[in-house]
Amino acid sequence: MIGPAAESPVLETAALTRRFGSIVPVHHLDLVVAQRAIFGLLGPNGAGKSTTIKMLTTLLPPSSGTARVAGYDIVREPWGVRRQIGYVPQLLSADGALTGYENLLLSARLYDVPRADRRSRIDEALAFMGLEDAGHRLARTYSGGMVRRLELAQAMLHRPVLLFLDEPTIGLDPIARHAVWERLRESRRQFAMSVVITTHDMEEAEALCDTIAIMHGGRVAVQGTAAALRNQLGPGATLDDVFADVAGGSIDEGGSYRDARSTRRTAARLG
Amino acid sequence: MTPVAPGAPPHASARTESPAAFARHAAAIFAVEMRKMVRDPTDLFTRAIQPVLWLVVFGEVFSRTRAIPTGNLSYLEFMAPGVLSQSVLFSAIFYGIAVIWERDLGIVHKLLVSPSSRGALVFGKALAAGTRALAQALIIIALTLVLGVHVRLDPLSLCGIALAVVLGGALFSTFSFVIACVVKTRERFMGIGQVLTMPLFFASNAIYPLVMMPPWLQVVARYNPLTYLVSILRALMVQGGMASEGIGLDFAVLALVFTGFVLLAARLFAGIVR
Ligand SMILES: Nc1ncnc2c1ncn2[C@@H]1O[C@H](COP(=O)(O)OP(=O)(O)OP(=O)(O)O)[C@@H](O)[C@H]1O
Ligand SMILES: [Mg+2]
Repeated sequence: MIGPAAESPVLETAALTRRFGSIVPVHHLDLVVAQRAIFGLLGPNGAGKSTTIKMLTTLLPPSSGTARVAGYDIVREPWGVRRQIGYVPQLLSADGALTGYENLLLSARLYDVPRADRRSRIDEALAFMGLEDAGHRLARTYSGGMVRRLELAQAMLHRPVLLFLDEPTIGLDPIARHAVWERLRESRRQFAMSVVITTHDMEEAEALCDTIAIMHGGRVAVQGTAAALRNQLGPGATLDDVFADVAGGSIDEGGSYRDARSTRRTAARLG
Repeated sequence: MTPVAPGAPPHASARTESPAAFARHAAAIFAVEMRKMVRDPTDLFTRAIQPVLWLVVFGEVFSRTRAIPTGNLSYLEFMAPGVLSQSVLFSAIFYGIAVIWERDLGIVHKLLVSPSSRGALVFGKALAAGTRALAQALIIIALTLVLGVHVRLDPLSLCGIALAVVLGGALFSTFSFVIACVVKTRERFMGIGQVLTMPLFFASNAIYPLVMMPPWLQVVARYNPLTYLVSILRALMVQGGMASEGIGLDFAVLALVFTGFVLLAARLFAGIVR
């Protein structure tokens, strides 16, 4: 199969929609993610971020509309999409009954990493994520930060063109979070990888993402660089303000925005 | 540059997996499941206790009453293959719980976004469950010998027994897998698992011959895969035992039903994360 032309986006959705009965968590979504971009998908709880990612990773068929991911159509060519992407679900998904090494070995085998390369590729991945000393321990003995790094290593082992991360830094301390950001930037440099990431952490969005889309009620409310979004709202506006403007009243109900804000304060204090 | 991963094969978008890729991916899943079993084998032993209790208590009592016509076999000899089949059924029928557990942990999500086919994932897991049933069968057979039941030990019978146990374990675990994909929650699964096990066990020839059953139950038993597993094991394990329809046919039925369940589970697997 021939890949798309050099400048074509790595991800493009066309009126992507998902219904669950009367709920429409994703409504006629049109997103474009450029190659090598780190794209932030933000929005209050229930905005439809995870549902969007599940469709783009072929876990959930769209009710209507479609998307092209790394040159393949998610509805007609999900097999092609799966080879090109990596995915870290919102849940902690490493298998605790296996060691870090064994978790990675399973991924290597399912993604057809050639046998001769597996060992070196896995050792490299463990070292890259700072897990070389923990590789032969059961993953259930890992800290939350170590599990997340293991999952990133797993999702990137086959050198995906596009990586989907659903709240990858939730529950991580600021240092662990910064370590994850650094790894993502480094992988983009090395492998020309693009990233779609969801987060409730405005600092993360600001620091990491080239482009931010804030979803609300299944639609993209605003989109652009962090600076553009801030300037759009007015002088001195923060990304928090932009988020609050989009999410409207729902901020008062949802706990996670507050949580994100307090985490951010902690992060700022600890540097 | 084209956004195609280095090393991605040219058939990356091919709809079907080659048989070699199917085997590789199934083997990867199988290896992981085996690793887990070897790491924590306590389950195998605790689950062997119940069947042995059946043999000792139920078997000894009914041997004395001679209430059940078992031809030229002692009741214990008649029952031992049934109890072994029971252990295969009981350990496999709750396999779906593990699948739901892995779904709740997000492990299933990761398997499903990988390029391996759902069929390969299901088949690898089924084979692992069958092998687990075999490990347990070895423990039970050893205990049966200790109880003084004469079990055939020639290599050919043993191979046949092993094959039947693996096939039976794979079949019932995949059946369980299908249920897990449909009900999706642990609570509902436990309810259905409990409801299914006993009828599957009693509507079979495991502890009494088919001829003892009322006609309608005989019909049910003929549609019960457990009956075919019991037939094979009874023919192979016990001196002088006879398969009702011939072992070949019994194996064919089990293989066919297993294939059906694998296809069904492969279809339904992705639904478990929706
Ligand atoms: N399988 C499902 N069945 C019914 N409704 C669902 C299902 N999955 C998601 N929803 C609904 O769709 C909406 C969007 O959910 P989604 O998980 O995509 O939100 P989110 O943006 O990821 O939120 P969060 O920030 O809390 O993770 C919610 O109202 C949710 O209840
Ligand atoms: Mg979510």
